[in-house]
Parts: sequence; C-alpha cells; structure tokens
Amino acid sequence: MRWLSDERLSYLRDLVANPDFSATKYRIISELARGGMGTVYLAEDTELDRRVAIKVLSTPETNNDLRQRMIREAQIIARLEHPGIVPVHDVGVLPDSRVFYAMKYVRGSRLDEYAANVDSIKDRLRKFQAACDAVAFAHAHGVIHRDLKPQNIMIGLFGEVLVLDWGVAKILGKRNMIVSVEADPPLAPRNFADTSHGTIIGTRDYMSPEQARGEIDKLDERSDVYSLGAVLYFLLTNRAPQSASLSRPRTVNPQVSKQAEAICLKAMSPEMKARYATAAELSRDVGQLLDSEPVSAYRENVVEKVGRWAGKNRFLILLVLAYLVMRIIFIFTSRS
Amino acid sequence: MISDPDTDIGGAQHRFPVTNQSAIVQARSADQTVRQRAFDTILASYWKPVYKYIRLKWQAGNEDAKDLTQGFFANAFEKNHFANYDAGKASFQTFLRTCLDGFIANERKAGRRLKRGGDVEHFQLDFVGAGEEYAAQVWPCHVTPEDFFQREWVRSIFTLSVESLRRRYAESGKEIQFQLFERYDLADDGARNMSYGLLAEEFGLSAATVTNYLAAARRDFRRVVLEKLREITATEEEFRNEARSLLGVDVK
Repeated sequence: MRWLSDERLSYLRDLVANPDFSATKYRIISELARGGMGTVYLAEDTELDRRVAIKVLSTPETNNDLRQRMIREAQIIARLEHPGIVPVHDVGVLPDSRVFYAMKYVRGSRLDEYAANVDSIKDRLRKFQAACDAVAFAHAHGVIHRDLKPQNIMIGLFGEVLVLDWGVAKILGKRNMIVSVEADPPLAPRNFADTSHGTIIGTRDYMSPEQARGEIDKLDERSDVYSLGAVLYFLLTNRAPQSASLSRPRTVNPQVSKQAEAICLKAMSPEMKARYATAAELSRDVGQLLDSEPVSAYRENVVEKVGRWAGKNRFLILLVLAYLVMRIIFIFTSRS
Repeated sequence: MISDPDTDIGGAQHRFPVTNQSAIVQARSADQTVRQRAFDTILASYWKPVYKYIRLKWQAGNEDAKDLTQGFFANAFEKNHFANYDAGKASFQTFLRTCLDGFIANERKAGRRLKRGGDVEHFQLDFVGAGEEYAAQVWPCHVTPEDFFQREWVRSIFTLSVESLRRRYAESGKEIQFQLFERYDLADDGARNMSYGLLAEEFGLSAATVTNYLAAARRDFRRVVLEKLREITATEEEFRNEARSLLGVDVK
C-alpha cells in the first residue's frame, strides 16, 4: 500500500473538503464563510493576479437546464453596475456539477458586525438607506435578491455600503422592468417554472412569509422589501425578527421612534399588498425620517407634527425665544 | 471562519450518497460471519494507528508493539469488546484508544508478553512497512499521542480509500484514470505543477479528457473516503461530526 506523506495527506484532505478548481484559473486560499446555500472561499485569480471571493452554490441534483439557467442569470446580474452592488465577475460549473460565482473580494465588516460597534440609530439608518438604494437599483432592472440579511450587506473600509451575494437573485421579467441597462441588451425575463415550487431559498429570520412557504412564483420586489424590513428591525432592536411572535420594535427598544417603527412594520407586513411596492419607496421613507420629514407609513397627530417641526427647527425656535426674551427685557428696562 | 448555519435551501453542499453499513454496528451482530467481516473492517482501519501509537505513547520497541497490537485485536475480537461501544459517550476512535490504553496497562502490569507466547501471529499485518513508516516519521514535540493517533487514523482512512479506488477502477477497466489521479494527486514528486496540457501529452490524451478523468477520479475518491468513514463510525451523528472535523465536509 502506498505511504501517504504528511504533505500528501494534507493535499488529499483539501481535495475532499474543497471544491475542485484545478481546471479553472482560480486557486483556493481559504474558506471565508459557510452556509446552507453554499460556501464562500477566498481565492486567487491566477491570470489577473488578484484576490476574489468565490461562492460555490449547494446545488445537489442539479440538472443541465437548471445549471444553464443559473449561469445565464448570473451573467445578467453581473451587468448591474452600481456602487452599492458587488457584482458577479465570473460564473462557471465545477467538475462535480456545482455552480460557482466569482465576486470582488470586499474588505470591511458585515452590517451585523458594524451594528455591534455603532449605537447611533441615525448612523445605522444611513447605512440601511444606502443598502435600500442598491436593492432599488436592482429592482429597477427587474432583479430581486432573495437573500437579504445583515450578513449579506458589507460596510467597506471607506464607509461604503455594498450588497453582496447575488448568487440566488432572480430576474423578474419585462413586466417589472423600469429601465434597461444602458448599452446592454435588456434583461431577459425569467421563467419561474425553472425553480421548483415549494423550494425554500433564503434565510428564515429574514425571509418573507411567501418565501418561507416556498411560493416561488409569488416572489417579487415586495419580498425583498420584507427582508429589508427585517434588516431594519435588526438595526433598530439588535435582534433578528422572530416571525412567529414578532414584538414591535419599540417594545424591544423604547428609543426607537414611532415613525421608524411604522416604516419597519410596513415593510414587514405579512400581506404583500400592504408593504412598500419597491425598495425605492422604502428608501424614500427612511430618507424622510432622517430629514425629520413626515413618512408615508405613519400618520402624525397635531402634537407630533408640532413636536417634529420643533425638533427640526430647534435653532430657529431658540433664536426667536432669545429675541422675545431680549424684547421683554428691553420693554421692562425702557419703562423703568 | 464565519459560520452561517441559518441559511436554508432545499439541499446541502458536499452531498454524497453514502450507503455503507457501519462496521461498528455490525460488530454487535449475532451472526458470526457479519461480526467477522465487521471486525476485519475495524482491524484494517485501526491496526496501523494502534501499532504506531503503542510505539509512541508506550515507548514500545518494534517486537513488543507488534505483539501488543496483535494481542489487543485478538482480545477485542475474542471478548467482543467493540460491541460494548456506546455512541452516546464518545466517538469510536476515542473508545478504541481508551480500550487500548487499558489493555496495555494491564499487560504491562502483569508482564504477560511471554505468557501470550510472544510471537503469536493472529492476523497477517505488514508490520515491516509500518515499522519503516514509523521510523521515517518526524513528530513535532507539541503533538500529543492522542493527536498522533487521530492523525494516523486519518492517514489510514485515506490510504485505504486510495487502495479501494485503485481496486474499483481496475475492476471497471479505468486504469488510465487511476494512473492520472496517481500521477497528479498522489505522487510526492507531484505533477501538480504541471499543466493539464503536459499531462495530456504524457498520457497521449487530450487536455479535455485529462480534465474530465481527473475530475471524475476526485469525485469518486471523495465518495470512497466518506464511505470508509461511514463504515467505521457508529451513528449518523458521529459520522457527520467526524466528516466535519476531520475532512471539513458537511454531510447530510
């Protein structure tokens, strides 16, 4: 029997554990993250001499048609050019039939790690809004993400917000397309029949009820809106939402404003119709909240309107009050 | 490494069909033939780690280690010790090592080597090869005997898997595929730095064929390793744990 040296043993262990990239231009350096949908590796692109992140999808029993569709969709998603989207650079099929995507390797921290270090809700909301904008851009091109969660949102070294992992994104088709990618052919409509009905794709705490039920053909932008709402819930409360018994954000964290809570709950409404229609609408409301403007998700009473106006115009009010005090003092001193 | 266990999809990566019966379970069989087969499987996977462990931990010489290895397995089979294994308490590997330590401590205490007849050979095992391997191996001082035993056990699984693959490929007329695998993935002087194109020239094949043959051999090798692991673990849980900790492979 052949004697296996330590070096050979280590190589064979890697061979068994790691996907086989020997026929590609990539060389695996280490494993970065692992989940039910696949494993992300740090790899070296030996041709371009740069580091990339490669996700190998878990696709047991993948037939040729499904593989081809996944590759086609990855190609389409790769055309989404937006500073907040980490696009797919490359896509391929490994010898064991698994599909892989090569993406830009992003250095920074995940949104959940960021939240652990930043207490300010306003700062968190700004990052959240940036993530909404990236998703809104994809929605405008008829693409839905389907696995939005804090772990898939990165804060780069310069504070930039990047939405990762578009590997299970889907093309909605022309009915939802608002604009097409400039200089590129229009995004191809997808056939939902390709994905078997009843397949659950996503992350339980952050997935919409329709997604959790495996109703693939019902998924649209509002499913992503739900997931964004769940991400917002996490940012407001530091807890992943428990869909079975969802506590209102303000009961978990009393510091959360009524408006922020309303935005979150509207986005996370169990009824698709009751949610924001797109991530752009959600982003707009978050922007309004950050600017102390009225938000569509919450109807204010007079006192709240005055309170919000006062909060927003604090400096002006102080100025007027100072003027009035001076005036009164002047009146009194001139009488005496 | 970031773990993200909550992500769900209708399947899992690294999923291989693993159908082999567990030899540990079969060791409890009332059927003598089944028990014998199970014992042979356990012996094949463990005798070399046991022999080397005895030499390292118990500072035994070659002859003494040979005798103790033979004696340990003969005793275990005779008294059907492996049937007492409780998967809820520890892995089989730990159980076997604990039994081994107990056996040797008792033997040493009783000074029984001569009583056992010294050179009685219960099983045909290649102790010469094992002795040479042990002599050639260099172990850093921080490696404990327990770590050493585990590492040798992994080596044993991989060695048996290579042989199993060689046999299967020979039976199905795939000698060329195995030779390619051997040349590129097994040889210490490794063709790993060679391009597939050069390898193709050497074997008189096209580069695409080399790619396909190597991919198939690696896929089959993964499957064989997991089958081997399945054979020598008692429960699904133990199997998954060993696959995860030893090989980094998630198996469902």
